[in-house]
Amino acid sequence: MKLTGSKILLESFVKEGVDTIFGYPGGTVINIYDDLMDYPIKHILTRHEQAAVHAADGYARATGKVGVAIATSGPGATNTITGIATAYMDSIPLVVITGQVPTPLIGNDAFQEADIIGITRPITKHNYLVKDVKDLALTIKKAFFIARTGRPGPVVIDLPKDVQLASTNYEYPDKVELRGYKPTYSGNARMVEKATKMILAAKRPVIYVGGGASLTDAHQELLELAEKINAPVTTTLMGMASFPKTHRLSLGMLGMHGTYYANMAVTNADVLIALGARFDDRVTGKIATFAPHAKIIHVDIDPTSIKKNVRVDLPIVGDLKDVLRKIVKSLDGVQDEVNEMVAGLQAWHEEITGWRKDQPMTYKTSAQEIKPQFVIEKLRELSNDDAIITTEVGQHQMWTAQFFDFLKPRTFLSSGGLGTMGFGLPAALGAQAAFPNRQVIDVSGDGSFQMNSQELATLVQYRLPVKIVILNNNFLGMVRQWQQLFFDKRYSQTCLELPIDFTKLAEAYGATGLRATKPEEVADVIKTAFATDGPVIMEFKISREENVMPMVPAGAGLNEMVLAS
Amino acid sequence: MRHTISVLVENEFGVLTRVAGLFSGRGFNIESLSVAPTLDPTISRMTIVTSGDDQILEQINKQLNKLIDTIKVIDFTGEDYVEREMALIKVTAEDDTRAEILRICDIFRGKVVDVTPKCYTVEVTGSPAKVSAIVDLLRPMGIKELVRTGPVVLGRGPKAWKAG
Repeated sequence: MKLTGSKILLESFVKEGVDTIFGYPGGTVINIYDDLMDYPIKHILTRHEQAAVHAADGYARATGKVGVAIATSGPGATNTITGIATAYMDSIPLVVITGQVPTPLIGNDAFQEADIIGITRPITKHNYLVKDVKDLALTIKKAFFIARTGRPGPVVIDLPKDVQLASTNYEYPDKVELRGYKPTYSGNARMVEKATKMILAAKRPVIYVGGGASLTDAHQELLELAEKINAPVTTTLMGMASFPKTHRLSLGMLGMHGTYYANMAVTNADVLIALGARFDDRVTGKIATFAPHAKIIHVDIDPTSIKKNVRVDLPIVGDLKDVLRKIVKSLDGVQDEVNEMVAGLQAWHEEITGWRKDQPMTYKTSAQEIKPQFVIEKLRELSNDDAIITTEVGQHQMWTAQFFDFLKPRTFLSSGGLGTMGFGLPAALGAQAAFPNRQVIDVSGDGSFQMNSQELATLVQYRLPVKIVILNNNFLGMVRQWQQLFFDKRYSQTCLELPIDFTKLAEAYGATGLRATKPEEVADVIKTAFATDGPVIMEFKISREENVMPMVPAGAGLNEMVLAS
Repeated sequence: MRHTISVLVENEFGVLTRVAGLFSGRGFNIESLSVAPTLDPTISRMTIVTSGDDQILEQINKQLNKLIDTIKVIDFTGEDYVEREMALIKVTAEDDTRAEILRICDIFRGKVVDVTPKCYTVEVTGSPAKVSAIVDLLRPMGIKELVRTGPVVLGRGPKAWKAG
């Protein structure tokens, strides 16, 4: 069957099971958009290419499938950069198609030309410029394969206009073989055995879970391991929803804005079981005082993550789900020893309970002002257990991580690695497109929200009923907090002085706007929002100088938390 | 510590920038890099001389392996290997130095590959230390221009590194 490049692209999408794509048309992708009208693929037109990529990212995070975005050449392609870098840092599988000027014009500074392969090289897992239509089908196959396997990540395919127009025989390859790319999935049996021994010898174990648990959907295996060895579990921001926060063994999040008890547990642990986590500086604080007494077991599919910034006593390269199964199975074989080990953990649990009682995750309530933490707690109380929560980046993100009890996997979508303001709204859009019948909520601040607020139009147009919480303090709150604590309250350029009427903004787009200015209005606003069809902005005027606490100051150790503001 | 690493990569557009970008993006050091296709024209072989402590070298090794286009990475440190570099040296040859230049060249088993009344171009091959030695000896005569290829290496003995 002879097909044009643009048809080959769309045929291949169908073969890959792509049902929804996010994008924005332009000169060098106009043929693809023309052909798209004849294909059973839903296209969501965002109002900015950055949002298209974040939406594909949100779709991928919520479903586990590869997200797909399309943008035109030049400015369309450069607008995707923040989205691609966000996905890269959090290992999210994406295929991003960018149009390119015709091959004879490449390098000529043609209209809307940008070297997107050069620009995206350090922020993609891999990228391809397709110069011959004969290579296209195989390249698409490779791109999806690379994006979803191993440590997932974004792949860019740059597709010149003349390649889209050229025709060739189309046959989609069944499989693909890359001699330089063979991820290790199966955990080494000898290492698993060693890990088992190390775990059995532990008196003060802590399980530390990262985004890998979500990427491999290993929540069940994680729960089995934790309960089997009765070990406390702390998660990173990315690992948050992989372990129910209300579980008796949950310590909540660790790190800069983690719980006091999680950080103390890690600091005093004798065995730290790191699962699909990469020891980010926001997690470890000062490396020299991170888990100083612990033997570290590190399970990760990416060998470069291991020993990158902390010493590791036992590395296991492999798929987290596979390795967890093997460890649990290995422990099953020595149940007596496991029982003995668990019996020996009582003192450890008592110590942790002491830290919990000492410094619980709490805040000062108020009858006059709306406390942001209170809004988050109410949101939890009034939303469904399987509601998908997205966030932007800043104080509201940390309050959500601290005070929202996530119970189910893939319900918390947040930009952890890159820390991208403006991520939450388009990510919620993508998640809602994947799950039209679930509650999808973007928790936002007034600063972050304005970075991609144009996507309200997309939500309304496609009837995507995302509920948006804006914790409005008229500040870039996290930076203001740092200025308060470390710069003598010199609030340089962090006050968003112009008060925006977010309810009117919602109305301008044809969405619904609600506002609460007093604590007693909070629950009603949330209830009304959930009872309203279509997208809703809930604006909460919160206490302006509330801080995210506790906090490990940058460069300090986890045991040096600042506890109250 | 100095390490010489051979990398077998797909002979494809952009591979060199991927490798070079990996080093620059992570602050790793490249002392020299040479690259050309192998017997199998779909594969290129890079020889990279770099330096760093064990942790950095472990990261370099892993990061190189992580590139989709990388087929094999071989760190020759601690191995028995042959290392050769070539240099072309354009040196001023006055009446009083012409004979001395030829003698030095002879000692290093170099060749004069271009001659003018005022200048020789000398080709020399050897270990980087040997190349540096002849450069030092010729320097007083007046080196006008110098180009070095950077070293290439092969392991000693019958064992051969192949892709896959």
